[in-house]
Amino acid sequence: MHTLTAFAAALHTVPAAAIGPAGNTDLPGAGVYALAPALIVVPLLSAAVLLLLGRRTDRWGHWLGVLASGASFVAAAVVFLAMLGRPSDQRVIDINLGDWINAGAFDLHAGIRVDPLSMTFVLLVTFVGTLIHVYSVAYMEHDTDRRRFFAYLNLFVAAMLTLVLANSYLLLFFGWEGVGLASYLLIGFWNHNTPYAVAAKKAFVANRVGDVGLVIALGLMFSHFGGVDFATVLNAKPSEGVATAIGLMLLLAACGKSAQFPLQSWLGDAMAGPTPVSALIHAATMVTAGVYLIVRSAPIFNAAPTAQLVVVVVGAITLLFGAIVGCAKDDIKKALAASTMSQIGYMILAAGLGPIGYVFAIFHLVTHGFFKAGMFLGAGSVMHGMDDQVDMRNFGGLGRYMKITYFTFMAGWLAILGIPPFSGYFSKDKIIEAAFVPQHGEDWRAWVFGGVALIGAGITAFYMSRLFFMTFEGQKRWSKKRDGGDQHPHEAPRLMTWPMIVLAFGSVFAGMILASGSRFVDWLEPVTGHTEGDPVLPTWVLIALTLGAVVVGLVLAWRRYAISTVPVVPPVGTLLTRAARVDLYQDSVNNGLLVEPGKHLTRSLVYADRAGVDGTVVGISRLPVGVGEVTRKIQTGFVRSYAASMLVGLVVLVVVVLAVQS
Amino acid sequence: MTLTNYLVLSAILFSLGATTVLLRRNAIIVFMGVELMLNASNLALVTFSRMHGNLTGQVLAFFVMVVAAAEVVVGLAVIIAIFRTRKSASVDDVNLLKS
Repeated sequence: MHTLTAFAAALHTVPAAAIGPAGNTDLPGAGVYALAPALIVVPLLSAAVLLLLGRRTDRWGHWLGVLASGASFVAAAVVFLAMLGRPSDQRVIDINLGDWINAGAFDLHAGIRVDPLSMTFVLLVTFVGTLIHVYSVAYMEHDTDRRRFFAYLNLFVAAMLTLVLANSYLLLFFGWEGVGLASYLLIGFWNHNTPYAVAAKKAFVANRVGDVGLVIALGLMFSHFGGVDFATVLNAKPSEGVATAIGLMLLLAACGKSAQFPLQSWLGDAMAGPTPVSALIHAATMVTAGVYLIVRSAPIFNAAPTAQLVVVVVGAITLLFGAIVGCAKDDIKKALAASTMSQIGYMILAAGLGPIGYVFAIFHLVTHGFFKAGMFLGAGSVMHGMDDQVDMRNFGGLGRYMKITYFTFMAGWLAILGIPPFSGYFSKDKIIEAAFVPQHGEDWRAWVFGGVALIGAGITAFYMSRLFFMTFEGQKRWSKKRDGGDQHPHEAPRLMTWPMIVLAFGSVFAGMILASGSRFVDWLEPVTGHTEGDPVLPTWVLIALTLGAVVVGLVLAWRRYAISTVPVVPPVGTLLTRAARVDLYQDSVNNGLLVEPGKHLTRSLVYADRAGVDGTVVGISRLPVGVGEVTRKIQTGFVRSYAASMLVGLVVLVVVVLAVQS
Repeated sequence: MTLTNYLVLSAILFSLGATTVLLRRNAIIVFMGVELMLNASNLALVTFSRMHGNLTGQVLAFFVMVVAAAEVVVGLAVIIAIFRTRKSASVDDVNLLKS
């Protein structure tokens, strides 16, 4: 609440002079930047209104949510246009929102940094967010708690914007926790269903593990640089050891938030949330916060080659991990979740490559935001038409019944495959190219990481095509409805199809528009830096190889899932299939390595507490009880015996006094 | 007849009173024993006053009488109250505090 008032107060008091370095104020659109805090405040206020007024807002609450998110997008667009009007070296604007924490040597101002990197995220979050708000109006129509759902969505948007707009790691952490909270609340939105509540808790706990990394990184920054704001940290020249330590801790944080190996197990279960949540939080925006964190901390990672190598390795492992898991999942949302994990693996890999990859990590993040959100909304539309059925083995042939969903999903599918000229081609291909550039003069890295990225592209093509064909092509394998009736798949209402159509346009054209004339590279370069390198193979060979891998994956999937019969009951499958169905035993590993030892530890601690601490206390308390047990026998209750003891006592007393005196 | 005889009498009376208190069960009799002890101590006080030639002992004897009077009032009231509820004047029956 304190922060809210601070923001609100700052909104009125930001004078033009407080914006940016002195001398920037005469640039075009300086005053427009005062809008930036409103980006966060508007959805936050809307969330507060919806939560505080409760049921009274049931009738119009969802539209307030849409309006708040839309207003944020409009403000973001205005700020973006003002930024475009500036020369590219003057696009970093820090807006001071006042003193936040002032404790001795630690003096931190709450502030907002508007620069091309944060604007990219702000536009993505508000644009995709608003579309998903609109979609949710229809998707959640029959839910009695729709208003609460929109309150949480708005809370998420506010927290996510805080995360990306913060100009210090501490405020970023504030937003980081905020999105974690919103994610928890939304995964567990139907928490009357116990497995869903457990999934929410799992996501929360896995995220906490990562957050520990961010907290330690904050501590390291403060102790070594004396501050946690971007201006201090990113301009410090850290020694390699310090940079490596901070970098690894930031990577841990990124692994938790972005579901990277080894903290990825929560993302599949997070699909328990309503589908719009999966689209917005667990595909397009929140899970990419880890990529943002790494790209934002570029100067630290640039100074720590070891940390960078670890980042690349984590990205490469997750990329394959997600892809393999995606091949075996029959739940359409879980298959998409595995795909998200794998695609973020690509981004993390690119971010770990250093200046050669930062821009493409963010580029892929943006295009992925479009096509993956679009496909999740498509999956939601399929569930809407098929009585909330999610098992793809019970789909099939739906393309004929849901034309709009079919074509919008197809756009996302072709985009993620990387078929030119769909958007994924421009972003993913660049990452594969960058991975094939030797780092630090070591050729093996190029072959290993490039090879992994290339194979990943092939597997991606296989599992996404599998998903697409199993759902929309082939024969009908529909099950009965839950009430026993026949399935009647139908197209979703317009409020749901329009956001899908818009996102499909993004899936088709976003890459082309942003890549033409290296527009996106020029836009981000002032913040992240950019270098080019020569891959170990000629570029055209790489493109040909990638497309070849994609076509192989596509054809394999076509033969197995489109033209041949897909069994309704999953076949036993190979060892790998069975492992992939249970997330490559990740949950068992976590259980065996962490949960069970943890349980034993708590059990032994409880025992030590009972035997040691409690034992001492109880033992001490037993002493007076024992003494009491013995002495209470004297208390017979007979008045005369009391009188006798008084007399005897008196006599003894007198005798003693006399004896002492004489 | 020396003053010592008074003290001996006082001691005898006190012992009689104490014996009564310890041995009798009837609350009224026990009460009388208490009164006897008080009066024995009064006698001793007055004797001491005489021995020392000042009035301190006499004054204290008056105090004891006042307290004894008050005690009789309260004590008899308690005895009657107990008799009404428990239909007994035996001090051995009044052992509720034990459990």
